[in-house]
Amino acid sequence: MNILVIIEHKNGVMHRMSKEAIAGAQKIGGNITALVIGENSDSVADELSSFQIEKTLLVTNEKVTSYNVDGYKEIILQVVKVVNPEFIITGHTYQARDFMPRLSASLDIPFIPDLVSIENSSYIKQIMNSKLNASISSSNGPVLISFQSASFSEENISKGSSPLEKFEVTLDASNIRSTVDEPFQESASEVDLESAELIVSVGRGIEKEENTSIAFDLAQVLGAEVSASRPVVDAGWLPSSRQVGSSGSTVSPKLYFSLGVSGAIQHVVGMKGSKNILAINKDPDAPIFEIADYAVVGDLLDIIPKLIEKLKDL
Amino acid sequence: MIINQKYMKIAVLVKQVIGSESALEISSDQKWIDESNATFVMNPPDNYAIEEAMQIKEKLGDGEVVIVSMGPQRVQKVIREGLSKGADRGIHIETQESKNIDPLEVAKNICNSIEQENFDLILSGLQSDDTGMGQTGVLIGELLNMSTATLAIETDIDQETIKVKRELESGWFQWVTLDSPASVSIQSGINQPRYPSLKGIMGAKKKEIKVIAASIEDSKQNLDKIFVPQKSKETEVIDTDVDASVDRIVDILRSEIKAF
Repeated sequence: MNILVIIEHKNGVMHRMSKEAIAGAQKIGGNITALVIGENSDSVADELSSFQIEKTLLVTNEKVTSYNVDGYKEIILQVVKVVNPEFIITGHTYQARDFMPRLSASLDIPFIPDLVSIENSSYIKQIMNSKLNASISSSNGPVLISFQSASFSEENISKGSSPLEKFEVTLDASNIRSTVDEPFQESASEVDLESAELIVSVGRGIEKEENTSIAFDLAQVLGAEVSASRPVVDAGWLPSSRQVGSSGSTVSPKLYFSLGVSGAIQHVVGMKGSKNILAINKDPDAPIFEIADYAVVGDLLDIIPKLIEKLKDL
Repeated sequence: MIINQKYMKIAVLVKQVIGSESALEISSDQKWIDESNATFVMNPPDNYAIEEAMQIKEKLGDGEVVIVSMGPQRVQKVIREGLSKGADRGIHIETQESKNIDPLEVAKNICNSIEQENFDLILSGLQSDDTGMGQTGVLIGELLNMSTATLAIETDIDQETIKVKRELESGWFQWVTLDSPASVSIQSGINQPRYPSLKGIMGAKKKEIKVIAASIEDSKQNLDKIFVPQKSKETEVIDTDVDASVDRIVDILRSEIKAF
């Protein structure tokens, strides 16, 4: 059985979820081909050559030097013709959400996205805002699938040695109907959440912008970084560089201490890999408590100032 | 030959979903939710797509906004909701089944029903709150040979060009210029969705909703069962007075997590 894993990379670094996709593909088992598209990808190809896969295909073409949905679609279609995969796999990244449906419609095969596991050829996916799981099956034939963040661990990748091959494509410029500008950030990143050991995270339950100072006070006492959920960033209380979740950073600190974070799935995918999750929320049914190690039911505006005083006295 | 450059014909794809306040009881065949006690709402991300369509039409000064939804008879409620916010007319692709899990089948049905309309722009919400497949708008774009973009957090659309600012990950963005016609999925938070006015609600009653019967062939994917996920870890619940909570948190931080 042939499996094609499409690798995402930026500035010569492989996306973490592409590695998880390799781990997932190895779990399924088969002849795995990794596909790398675009320039500045030598170090990515190098890293792939140390994985136990059949081969890595590298496509460089002057018409698609960086990500472009039309170019990616055309290139992957040409690779699919040669590799003939039963599974086309990616991490469930924003980029995958952009091009995978195009492949699905073009190849007339289903795209079953955001999987948390595969059990006996059933695809398990969260539904109803992650309150329930669905078991989905596909009739015979190939499928496109993507894995939710942290569904597989890159630590479980089987190592080995695999060859690199250049793959030539011919692209018709008229098929590329969108042009992309350089990616940019709106605010310069002031924090490095992904390497922080301790994180204090602020959710909508903090109630007002001025209350965010409580989180910074607690973070200072603990020596932690401060992160936020999307509603807090959308409200302008904290900059987007502090956002954790599917549109922000993905973190796995020793402690994730969440203050008034409800635990919407878009947030949870960015922090569920944390070693310890301590959550405070007024609502005993808050979804964050489903994944918390410690669930403190109460008003953070009462608890945290007292906690800070206590910690200072230690 | 361009007759009226400012005129833009926009479709907004909307879905009716079970409201987040509804109790989620699994049906007896375990294949879906028991809908008898459920309340249905507009899929929340779709509100942003409707608002964006209205703002584009208003900016250009002329155009038509058409609300398109697929599902059983009840989905006309969300079409009507879009009309009450100012959309011009609706298309209802009617199914007998209350849910359809296969996005490709849904996309093909919508294509069959809207292809003759020759929309300049199709907008959709980024994903549905029920099944969260997040692909219907892009599938339709590909099937109708349109250009596509996802997760638009800003649009800049004039007579000449369709430009959208895509949200990437970790606080990065990117502007993309698309050939017309285009299908674009809208990131939630792009705008402040309006509420229907009383006049809008009254006016919506007179607006046309065209009903087209869906034709569902063999789905390539099936929902075999739904179930409550098993909790993967044990949670210690601390539900006591403030001082006792503080003492326990200090103890956890110091002795169990060893945060300091």
